[in-house]
Amino acid sequence: MIKELNIDVKHVTRVEGHGNIVVNARDGKVEKVQWQVPEAPRFFEAMIRGRSYEDIQTIVSRICGICSISHSLVATKAVEAALGIEVSKQTDLIRRLLHYSEQLQSHVLHIGYLAAPDFFGVKSVVPLVGLAKDAVLTIVRAHRVANEWSELIGGRVTHPITLIPGGFTRVPSEQQFRHLEQRLRETMADIGAIADVVHSVAGEVPAFERDTEYVSLRESSVYSFYDGQIVSTDGYTAEIDDWESVANEYVVDQSTAKWAKWHRDSYAVGALARFNNNFSQLSDSAKALAGRFGFKQGCCNPYMNTVAQLVECAEIAESSLRIIDELLSVGVVEEKVSVKPRAGVGVAAVEAPRGILFHKYEFDGDGKCVAGNLCIPTNQNHANIQNDFEKLVPEIMDQGQEIVRQRLEMLVRAYDPCISCSAHMLDVQFVGGESES
Amino acid sequence: MGKPRVAIFDFACCEGCQLQIVNMEEEILDLIGAVDVVEWREGMSEQSDQYDIAIVEGSITRAEDEERVKEIRSRAQILIALGSCAATGGLNKLKNNFDLDEVRRCVYGKDGSKEHLNTLMTKAVDEVVDVDYKIFGCPIELREFVYVVRCLLMGKKPEIPEYPVCVECKSKGNVCLWESGQVCLGPVIRAGCGARCPSAGFRCFGCRGYVDSPNVDAAKEVIEKYGLDVEDLKTKMVLFGSGSTKQQVTI
Repeated sequence: MIKELNIDVKHVTRVEGHGNIVVNARDGKVEKVQWQVPEAPRFFEAMIRGRSYEDIQTIVSRICGICSISHSLVATKAVEAALGIEVSKQTDLIRRLLHYSEQLQSHVLHIGYLAAPDFFGVKSVVPLVGLAKDAVLTIVRAHRVANEWSELIGGRVTHPITLIPGGFTRVPSEQQFRHLEQRLRETMADIGAIADVVHSVAGEVPAFERDTEYVSLRESSVYSFYDGQIVSTDGYTAEIDDWESVANEYVVDQSTAKWAKWHRDSYAVGALARFNNNFSQLSDSAKALAGRFGFKQGCCNPYMNTVAQLVECAEIAESSLRIIDELLSVGVVEEKVSVKPRAGVGVAAVEAPRGILFHKYEFDGDGKCVAGNLCIPTNQNHANIQNDFEKLVPEIMDQGQEIVRQRLEMLVRAYDPCISCSAHMLDVQFVGGESES
Repeated sequence: MGKPRVAIFDFACCEGCQLQIVNMEEEILDLIGAVDVVEWREGMSEQSDQYDIAIVEGSITRAEDEERVKEIRSRAQILIALGSCAATGGLNKLKNNFDLDEVRRCVYGKDGSKEHLNTLMTKAVDEVVDVDYKIFGCPIELREFVYVVRCLLMGKKPEIPEYPVCVECKSKGNVCLWESGQVCLGPVIRAGCGARCPSAGFRCFGCRGYVDSPNVDAAKEVIEKYGLDVEDLKTKMVLFGSGSTKQQVTI
């Protein structure tokens, strides 16, 4: 019987940003379990004030290197909402296509480079080359396709430059879209191969469940990444304009990170939330992939988020091919964009790879930003990670300190947190001296 | 001599420049063959306090971070500032245009005065410790990163462009964005990006920082020629050119 635990992980590795894990147990009793975030805050909401509506997406893209496209897209949509700008059908389709490229890039990065080493019991993707070279090369290939796809539409892989309020500075040619279509068909086979590899180690996914409220966007016509209504697995719905009363961000003394809650004391966002809310809208190939893992709607195992991302990779490839077909069937044209500033408030949401992302901006009559409020997916997951920790630690503490530490780190990684993102505004506290061993 | 030991660290930033290193894809395996990567929190679980080359991403914004980067400097023979945030302070310096207490209140409301939310004026890494090499850009250009690393491995000094983005833009045959009324910072910003933004139809917003000796007179001439305002240019320079203590350009 294990009675003592002293875990103090400073800066969990293979995640985006800085997070700490602290666990203390004495005489078989858990005294302290904490998920903490010591990331340096960057104060984006303060920095955007006074800047032109034309510069907003350029600034807030820098909140996150991995999901810069989601930040640019949601900012552009919120600016358009504030300024009363309608975009063309073509712009909407190409933006969705750009957004899919980021989802695939981010999911493959997480599954292959960040999470997979845990399943193979190694410390990084480097030794995986020796263990499963073909699998690593397949992951690398899929990752590269997604990056080239982002660059084709966005002008570069990270921090897109072609997205502007009203449309695009330039769009790819039909020939370039045809080439992309070809690459995507090849990638569908690669996603199948990656699924084979993940399936071969699926037994390593820890069995842990905690009844959770999952929150995501839902669109009527498509498995949503880009727009829609806010929905919860507890049966509630809300409009995007009302997101502040969904996230209900609050400060806690314990970790001082801003957390979020809706109907319970925490909720979860991300691939598993989207899967649980919108399973019926998945493509046949995505559903079939889920079936191979016995993965069903209503799953409350947070470790399965990584498998949900894999399922979404199949969905992304199929939906993207459908968009390219639609674009090519009507033809791609260069569109002139003309925007006039006006005073107003605009709100928008997208699903970033790791969950719902909300942006809100207010502009004056000259188009200068007066105020902004941004709510990042990882912020919405912090409280849920803490609640998972509190249930998990007593369940597995008999297995010893090393296993507990490893499972907690894996759990954090499963959420695929974007901690730099969340710390654009997080309250921050270093691990206190009293808990350190 | 064995393979150089390399460690990668990050401070206040989006980690997008580290992501470009991941984006080397297969090439990263060649790099890993040539050096010994001993610490890289975003990509590996190994940690080490012994290394020859430290690659530092991000700006310095807190007292504890100043101490940490000094510690890193004391252990490394060569320190590379990776990306705008580290090399110039980057976009994070927008914060320096405001009163810092007010910034904290703006984001955190009444909790903003709590001690642990303290934030200092954003600094580039070389405002705290000596930096041997800077890799500019937000994000960095992968080609340039590979070039700099290769130079270091061969014991050569990397040559970073000291001419403006306009030179690269013109050589690509792009129509000047000033023609379409965009306020492009190409005349005063350091090249090396292949004029990536203007080539995609988007104004240069200065992510690589000012060229060493910007031709301010020529920039003024361009502004006047196109009937725009010096204030327009200054506003655009704010994004990546705020509050620098090392380099000031006045127009």
